[in-house]
Amino acid sequence: MTPRIAIRNLWKEYGDQVVLERINLEVPAGEFCTIVGASGCGKTTFLRLLLGEEAPSRGQILLDGEPLPAEPGPDRGIVFQRYSVFPHLTVLRNVLLGLELKSAPLTGHLFGAARREALDRSRQMLDAVGLGQALDKYPSELSGGMQQRLALAQSLVMHPEILLLDEPFGALDPGIRADMHQLVARLWRENDLTVFMITHDIREGFHLGTRLLVFDKLRHDPDAPHAYGAGITYDLPVERADQRMLGEIASEVAHSEALVLAADES
Amino acid sequence: MKRLINQRPSRGTAILLGLLPFLILALVYLVASDARLAANPNDKLLPSFVSLGEAIQRMAFEPNKRTGEIELWVDTWASLRRLAQGEGLAALIGLGLGVALGAVPLLRAGFAPFVAGVALIPPMAILPILFIVFGLGEVSKVALIVFGVAPFLVRDLQQRVQELPREQIIKAETLSGSSWQIILRVILPQVLPRLIDGVRLSLGSAWLFLIAAEAIAATEGLGYRIFLVRRYLAMDQILPYVVWITILAYLMDLGLRLLSRRLFPWYHGAVAR
Repeated sequence: MTPRIAIRNLWKEYGDQVVLERINLEVPAGEFCTIVGASGCGKTTFLRLLLGEEAPSRGQILLDGEPLPAEPGPDRGIVFQRYSVFPHLTVLRNVLLGLELKSAPLTGHLFGAARREALDRSRQMLDAVGLGQALDKYPSELSGGMQQRLALAQSLVMHPEILLLDEPFGALDPGIRADMHQLVARLWRENDLTVFMITHDIREGFHLGTRLLVFDKLRHDPDAPHAYGAGITYDLPVERADQRMLGEIASEVAHSEALVLAADES
Repeated sequence: MKRLINQRPSRGTAILLGLLPFLILALVYLVASDARLAANPNDKLLPSFVSLGEAIQRMAFEPNKRTGEIELWVDTWASLRRLAQGEGLAALIGLGLGVALGAVPLLRAGFAPFVAGVALIPPMAILPILFIVFGLGEVSKVALIVFGVAPFLVRDLQQRVQELPREQIIKAETLSGSSWQIILRVILPQVLPRLIDGVRLSLGSAWLFLIAAEAIAATEGLGYRIFLVRRYLAMDQILPYVVWITILAYLMDLGLRLLSRRLFPWYHGAVAR
């Protein structure tokens, strides 16, 4: 079977700064990949490449065997840490918007029966993420966790094949995070998704998902910190990793974080 | 006793304090006017409140003996019409061009430097050209307001569009939005309240261009009138006109502010419903 995502010898460079190098990866449909790594190691760049917002410098990304489109599209949903929802629309209309854009190319609005049907679907989606009671609120009236729930509903009502999450819970309180983990795990199972989630919290990577990808520099030159990019240093199924491995990875990430910080300061 | 920077007035006190400078100004005027009139009863510079009241009565409520029209209303109507046409047209241009330049990099690369260049031309310097091209009628006055205000609005709106978080635009793309749909459903509704802000800011200069154009060539209008009666040192007419213009400007600003609150509750952080 063709993997959902296949990455062949991917490089990303900005000028003479290498961000990512020699990335090879195959991800079958239905996998939940958690991506961890030191800040500034190219995790977000990797996600932007998957999104189609950035083009690889070398190598290619295949989506279901075809080259990935060079711009974002409805087959890949995204939830950012912030600014994923539209402040001028109520909760219900935020979700409705995607359905309207899909079926009304000219006006961007649905009318009559089509609108009622789309509203029903939007309500169901919002019920599924626990926002059924907040349909008429504006995003500014929602807490951070509720805004992220809304962003998830917005993406999932489009039935994307792939869901990209860029530190979606980074700005949330720990208690709310746990709720959100359960929600994402459930939505992943129910919607038949392939998920890529960046997280800062390595424990999050172990509780959630089926596969852990650790991004880190493969080689390091202290005199030229930007000469080498990051690659995937660990790629393991979550059930195989034990507590000791977790500690090992955590300390390696912390170590290269310190290296990055030192390089930035010098 | 709290620190001065921590002392906040109650609502009533705040209103009273706000009125105070106006009252002081009126009082100073009264004293100065009295003193001058005591020295010379024919002094025209600071007319008494009585003669101001008589002039207002004459201008605002009695038909002019020669034309049969009530001057103040004719002037007000003429000026407000020009102002509304000029600002309205400038707002349309500002919205259309500003959104297009802000949202489409190719258009921005092509036209933004041109708009920036045009914005640098002092509008008053091209007033003679407008008079030559459009004649001395209504069009040249409206055109001056448009020329003076539109480049500012275009640039302001373009900036506002570019300030929208990139994440929102990408999100809309993943919701299958086309360029047109994203402009229509994501960008346009979010910059409309900012357009109202821009219009409010630009009203000051719009008044300036209006009064300047009317002072030079017009047959009615608020600016025309005050420059006309200047020849007779008719301070009793000029001062009420200036106050009236100020009141009109305040009411327009207030009206736009309330309109924005009503139409775009999300923009003002208000609670819906």
